[in-house]
Amino acid sequence: MSKPGKDGGPAKGQKRVGIEVSHAAAIAVKQCDVDVVAAYPITPQTHIVENLAQIVADGELDAEFVPVESEHSAMTVCVGASAAGARTFTCTAAQGLILMSEVVYITSAMRLPCVMILANRSLSGPLSIWADHSDVMSVRDCGWIQTFAESGQEVYDLIFHSYRVAEMQKVLHPVMLSIDGFHLTHVVEPIDMVDQAVVDKYLPRYKPLFSLHPDKPLTMGAYGVPELFTETKKNQDVALKDTYPHIIEAWKEWGDLTGRYYKPVETYRTQGARTVILSMGSTGETASVAIDGMREKGLDVGLVKLRLWRPFPFEDVRKALKGFDNVIVLDRALSFGGPGGPVASEIRAALYGVPDAPRITNYVVGLAGRDVAPEDFETMVREVEGGKSGDRQEDYVIYGARE
Amino acid sequence: MPFKQAHELGWKDFDPGFVLTEAGSSVRYRTGDWRSKRPYWDNSRCIKCGLCYIFCPDMAVTRRADGFFEADLEYCKGCGICAVECQTQCIKMKDER
Repeated sequence: MSKPGKDGGPAKGQKRVGIEVSHAAAIAVKQCDVDVVAAYPITPQTHIVENLAQIVADGELDAEFVPVESEHSAMTVCVGASAAGARTFTCTAAQGLILMSEVVYITSAMRLPCVMILANRSLSGPLSIWADHSDVMSVRDCGWIQTFAESGQEVYDLIFHSYRVAEMQKVLHPVMLSIDGFHLTHVVEPIDMVDQAVVDKYLPRYKPLFSLHPDKPLTMGAYGVPELFTETKKNQDVALKDTYPHIIEAWKEWGDLTGRYYKPVETYRTQGARTVILSMGSTGETASVAIDGMREKGLDVGLVKLRLWRPFPFEDVRKALKGFDNVIVLDRALSFGGPGGPVASEIRAALYGVPDAPRITNYVVGLAGRDVAPEDFETMVREVEGGKSGDRQEDYVIYGARE
Repeated sequence: MPFKQAHELGWKDFDPGFVLTEAGSSVRYRTGDWRSKRPYWDNSRCIKCGLCYIFCPDMAVTRRADGFFEADLEYCKGCGICAVECQTQCIKMKDER
């Protein structure tokens, strides 16, 4: 196992670099030695793909860079290339994702291990380029493995994990890695980058179970008549749930190699907490600073971070939330006229019927990149502990909306 | 796996991605079940040009030993393309009863 170096420096076989997260992401994709990159530029994804275009043009990566005419084509190119046995990468955001969404669903049904970074951005309208989760939640049910990164280091690490998991023959599912636009894509962070030897050890060559080849004809994407469509969907659902142990296994392998371990649900200073905040994505970074501040003031608060969104880690969530009085669930997306934000819906479903389950309050925060500052978390905690909001299960608060 | 008709397949009976590993397996799907009209040939007007054979999207039209054509009703979906393409209008589509 790789341990961090002395005085907290990078572990052996790694170097710490101050780098824009998008640039680090492009380097990680290069280190994964992808065969095909197909993407269409869209803010805030642009720097990742621009950097990859440069890397391919400079001859540092032997890959086909396909400058497609739309996101629909980007995903389609990845499907075709993946079906022929290539390791593929695409990257998009917001409007780009919903334009390609038709093919996104097909990718997972065909069990093609494509990897996508989604630089989370709010869906128009009004037109916005800033971060929230309305884009990813529009394809919540697309059948991909979906993970969220909280920091630049996580973005870098989870790219390797995405390919490792996607291509396992017992998995064979596409993976979508959500990284908050600007909050992650456009910031410079210190990132411990691993030597190529570490990647080569972690990520074997992709060996497809089936691939298109004239010597061995087969059919992909066949018609599903009503007499068997239900069975195909049950097959796909069970297969996605069955990826869970392999997702965990791949995180452990990465931890053993790099010293950085990941879990589907992580906790921060939750011991003895009365109220915990549950976050997904970059909000967790600020929330942890807020928790430190509140703990100093004597408030019994902690933080629970959701990293794995699909397959949804029901058991891990129940375990992580056991014993608290209140859970503040943060959502960066709205389900208009529905039961609250998508994360809160899932958390409530996970805890339904659980004896002594905590009281859940849903705050919709950070829409289109609006700041969620440390003092905002304290305001939420004080509101909830004072019994101010969230008396009914379907209640939610759009935090900070001016009258 | 021995071939099963669609309604006989259970949810475990699929390869990942619903890939069909055997080429030409569609021959076993009886697309003729969908048909609401079927083609009839008036061979007194047929010039044996074979356009019906060429244009049939399901290759359901076959050429008989005597040179005339007929539809294999296991596969003919009754689309009527043969009747439209027929230069002597010898093919007529009639409702299935």
